[in-house]
Amino acid sequence: MDIIYTIWLRNMKRYIRSKSRIIGSISMPLFFLLFLGFGLNSVVQLPGMGGNYIVFLVPGMVAMSVMFTSVFSGIQIIWDKQFGFLKETLVAPVSRLEIMLGQTAGGATTAVLQGFMILVISLFIGLHVSDVAGFLIALLFMVLIGISFTAFGIAIASRMDDMTGFQLIMNFVIFPIFGLSGALFPISSLPPWIAPVILVDPLTYGVEGIRYGLTGVSQINPVVCCAVIGGFALAMTVAGAYLFRKITI
Amino acid sequence: MTVALHIQNLTRRFNDLVAVDNISFDIDQGEIFGLLGPNGAGKTTTLSMLATMLNPTSGSATVNGIDIGQDPDGVRKSIGIVFQDQSLDEELTAWENMDFHGRLYRIPAEIRKQRITELLQLVELYDRRDDIVKTFSGGMRRRLEIARGLLHHPSVLFLDEPTLGLDPQTRNHLWTYIATLAKEKGITIILTTHYMDEADRLCNRVAIIDHGRIIAMDTPENLKDGLGGDLVTIKSPNPAGVAEALKEPWVARLETHNDEVVVSLKNADQFVSTIVTVLNSRQVPITSISIHKPTLEDVFLSFTGKTIREQEADHKETMRTFQRMRRH
Repeated sequence: MDIIYTIWLRNMKRYIRSKSRIIGSISMPLFFLLFLGFGLNSVVQLPGMGGNYIVFLVPGMVAMSVMFTSVFSGIQIIWDKQFGFLKETLVAPVSRLEIMLGQTAGGATTAVLQGFMILVISLFIGLHVSDVAGFLIALLFMVLIGISFTAFGIAIASRMDDMTGFQLIMNFVIFPIFGLSGALFPISSLPPWIAPVILVDPLTYGVEGIRYGLTGVSQINPVVCCAVIGGFALAMTVAGAYLFRKITI
Repeated sequence: MTVALHIQNLTRRFNDLVAVDNISFDIDQGEIFGLLGPNGAGKTTTLSMLATMLNPTSGSATVNGIDIGQDPDGVRKSIGIVFQDQSLDEELTAWENMDFHGRLYRIPAEIRKQRITELLQLVELYDRRDDIVKTFSGGMRRRLEIARGLLHHPSVLFLDEPTLGLDPQTRNHLWTYIATLAKEKGITIILTTHYMDEADRLCNRVAIIDHGRIIAMDTPENLKDGLGGDLVTIKSPNPAGVAEALKEPWVARLETHNDEVVVSLKNADQFVSTIVTVLNSRQVPITSISIHKPTLEDVFLSFTGKTIREQEADHKETMRTFQRMRRH
């Protein structure tokens, strides 16, 4: 545990110092929220969901913020590789599993903090969180998304030598996962042929879970959501730990 | 004397390239041992294997009696290492870098704090302890890395080209530290360098490594004495003529490199006039004559037939091929 804490602590210190990164990764979901939210609020009719598009969008943007930050935190290992710091960690008498779990904990924490900021901002533009339980449920889903995608980032980073492939991953993996997750539109309003694609996207369950927590309404049973995203988090952690074990520098 | 490192038939291949070729030697406790050779000779690969960062293809080694293959964690606990490339977190302060290391090696908080203070004072960075490493110069970073390598009180310290890219003044400074450390703390130090003069001054014993093989190993004095006294370098448009003329009983050794002939002999200053007389009588032209005490550079030259610089030019081609192979 002490080693996991040590790695986590380093991540936190770096996070707090990187003001530009904090603002940078908060701005995209915030702009989405403001532009799409206010722009489409009067145009979009959401059957059976209270009709407010901004409120519908908030969970999606929180999830987006958590996911993007966490993937980025995981991928950071590549920088550690390039700047040589990874060697310092790998040559210490600690297991690679501990290093990987510490990195995951650190990445997930920063990601949840970023998501939390979006959540707080949302309170000023129409979101009402009525009960503590709902808020805690949303938090739980944010943590699970954070763990999943940090571990995913670590898995990717373990196989990559430099950042050149990052754009590719961003465009062909991360963005589709986000776009197909039901973060921007209700699942039921889509043509039926696309529904299966959305249902295999793990982020869908994360978004729906947060939505249940914040608004009390979701299109997928929250227990199912929790099971799927929880299972995905576990699978990604195992995959990340496995690939990180074989990392060479 | 206790043996700190025992290396037996250690070999490492990368595909067809044999980076380290069947080396064996022992290093005693408290020794400062230098691995010398041009870039790409296999120095870093050897260190990586001893530090359990890289598995050997065959052969074995023990560090403080612990086998590198059987108990890598045990080895890691007892060694400190300063890598050739920087390995600090630039976003953290000097103190935080040290603290991170201390926590990784599970040093209890009280002792950790005390040792960090002590070591940062030793490398004269205590005043800068709360500054972000990004603002540090190359020499300061090196000093911080060396301090960090000592934090968990290793009994063996590996230094891979610790002074590479530093200005001469900082280099001198660092070597003084290292020598003092070895003496005060009784740690065994294994360092690689391709600055022969530095190794000469600092090391109790050196091994010259080239193409993955150890071609000579002894104290710097013995290696230099092995050349047979002082060195006289005669430059001439007709080196073969010089070599032929100087086949005299008082010449201990004679080597030809390009347009130079290097002869070794005792009390060279007394023989200069004789050399000139002999060459003149045979009408062999002389461009220049110089005398110097042998250096490790000369030792390298006599064992490999090349200066270290020429050797590096050769290695660049090998390394390029090697990197292409790794990429594919």
